[in-house]
Amino acid sequence: MRTITLSLSFLFFLGHAYAFQAQADVRGDINKAGGKPNVAVPDFRATGTAAPGLMAVFNSTVQSDLQSSPQIRFLPKTLYPLRIPQVPGDFATGESEVNARPAPTPGFRLADWAAPPASANWLGIGYGAEDRGLFVVFGYLYTTSPQITDLKQAQSFGKVYTGSLDQAGAIDAAHHYAADILAQFGGQSLIGSRIVFVSDRTGSKEIWVMNWDGTDQHQITKYNSISTFPSVSPDGHIVAFTTYATGFPAVQLFSLDTGRKLPFYNQRASMNAFVAFTPDSKQVVFSSTAAGGPAQLYMANADGTNFHRLTNSGVIEVEAKINPKTGTDLVDVSGRSGLPQVYKMNIEGTDVERLSAGTGEATNPSWSPDGSHIAFAWTKGFEPGNYNIFVMDVVNRETVQLTTNEGRNENPCWAPDGAHIVYASKRGRQSQIWVMNADGTGKHALTQTGSNEKPVWVNAEK
Amino acid sequence: MTKQKVTLALTAVLVLGMLSGCGKKVPPPPPPAPAPIPDNNPPSTTKPNIAYFSAEPTTVTVGQPSSLRWSVTDATSVSIDGGIGEVSPNGRRGVYPTATTTYHLTATGPGGTTAADATVTVSAPPPPPPTVTVAQPTIQEILAKQVQDIHFDYDKSEVRGEDQGILQGDASALKTVFQMDPNFIVTIEGHCDERGSAEYNLALGDRRAAATKDALISLGVPGDKLKTISFGKERPICTEPTEDCYGRNRRAHFTAAQ
Repeated sequence: MRTITLSLSFLFFLGHAYAFQAQADVRGDINKAGGKPNVAVPDFRATGTAAPGLMAVFNSTVQSDLQSSPQIRFLPKTLYPLRIPQVPGDFATGESEVNARPAPTPGFRLADWAAPPASANWLGIGYGAEDRGLFVVFGYLYTTSPQITDLKQAQSFGKVYTGSLDQAGAIDAAHHYAADILAQFGGQSLIGSRIVFVSDRTGSKEIWVMNWDGTDQHQITKYNSISTFPSVSPDGHIVAFTTYATGFPAVQLFSLDTGRKLPFYNQRASMNAFVAFTPDSKQVVFSSTAAGGPAQLYMANADGTNFHRLTNSGVIEVEAKINPKTGTDLVDVSGRSGLPQVYKMNIEGTDVERLSAGTGEATNPSWSPDGSHIAFAWTKGFEPGNYNIFVMDVVNRETVQLTTNEGRNENPCWAPDGAHIVYASKRGRQSQIWVMNADGTGKHALTQTGSNEKPVWVNAEK
Repeated sequence: MTKQKVTLALTAVLVLGMLSGCGKKVPPPPPPAPAPIPDNNPPSTTKPNIAYFSAEPTTVTVGQPSSLRWSVTDATSVSIDGGIGEVSPNGRRGVYPTATTTYHLTATGPGGTTAADATVTVSAPPPPPPTVTVAQPTIQEILAKQVQDIHFDYDKSEVRGEDQGILQGDASALKTVFQMDPNFIVTIEGHCDERGSAEYNLALGDRRAAATKDALISLGVPGDKLKTISFGKERPICTEPTEDCYGRNRRAHFTAAQ
């Protein structure tokens, strides 16, 4: 059943591409979204006793997820036709006539949504209800392609989403429905992914974790010391961080599943910090002063054993990040040319080349999931400390600035979908965790309490 | 008063008039030459005799006087060294020696030369009177007041030339600390200003602490009593976005090891 739906939608997607070209001639202004499909999802209504408040949460969450997606263009609701279908049965009479001509009061024909001013390529409809103590949503997606005249063929999917009868249940159902829509266009779902970050809201810096949408924020460490610089294994099971709990800055590992400490053998050194995991989560690269002199990069097993040196530059080497696609190269921040810059080298520590331009200070590199780009923080053109987020194509070094005049922006980290970037933005005295699309649009804050920094996006556990 | 002066003047005039009136008299014959004194004694050949040459008191403390007394006969010249020089045959002189001094008296006459010594012993001054005793500073007070922070330039970990004086003061104060308690351990904290990344600053603060430790070792502070730790920019002492505050935060700070 599911397989059939997917293959059908793939065919429709090809058909849609043609339709999109045709429409571009009519409403070029609206369709100038870089080839992205226009998606309309009118507000779902509640039937029966389902609390209207839960539907409002559902609708705003769906809208937020779709608006922040780089895969589609979410159409403003003010452009929609007046009549809103809620179930397939609402569409105009004979299925064969569904796209024959616009209806007198527009809305109940797919052609009404394809026509200006909405000019939607896709339409999502549905409704919510309470069913035996659960929050239930019926969600559908239709193509409005004029090439498809059969309503059943026009339907990409129709599914039932259930959640607890509360706000969390409504948000969860909304994320899943939005993810199903985005999956039609190649978007990878962020559902189940989390964000680890550092917060001082208890009075000292501790490691915290929250859902990717900012909900369910809770504390992992309770050391009342300084615990910071988190990183997460690609399998989503381990958070590594640096803590002063034992006196000197040292690496510690916690299980994200149990919240308990995992073994890690720290070298005898004035500092061990900034852990990066290999793609298989079995090894780590981190900075240590074990040999004296400036901190250098070392590799070890994920428990700290089998420790061996990668760099011997005589200058500071920090923030190693291993290419998640290849596992054979890494970037780090080095003082080789004076002020800190982003460098690239292979996993043995050789073939070193500078990636950043060499001006100002470039720090906090983060690989895109496909290993093609890095996001980083750079003071380009500003005085020291005035960082903005940039994205660089690692092959041709083309660089795009994503933040401007929005405070001090640091520690970008890519989402598993490659389409979002979480980062820390300090606009005033305190830093907060923000999310934006990888093109710099759709910025919004996830935290408000205390000062929050150093976000790391966690893959849904594998 | 005026009457007396007038009287004296008149008397003088009268006396002068009488003398001038005698000028015309014949002078009397000169008296006979006296008989020559019989040369009973040959010319004196005895040496000068120093009856005494002494100092009183013979022991003084610095700043106190002593009196030299002497009596010499048969001398044509008497001198005392020590900056006193030629003196009369009999006399006394106060001296203020700052250290034990032996004065030499030399008497020279037709019969030869005689010398004598007098020594003034200068004793150490008495201990000062007991005053209100000032408590010795504790190790914690030395650490807090005498061991000062070392400061650094942006992105640098070398001890600056202008901080060498502070470094030397720190070295001597730390040596005092380790003399007072050989088991004491001092932690050198490396700190940074807020502008660089927290990650890079952790490593930079580590370098600042290590550079300070190395510089102190070169000044003779025992390295095994110095630990280093970096706080990066996690523990600023001020948070204003000013050059002054940045400069104060770029520091190596000293604390008692935990």
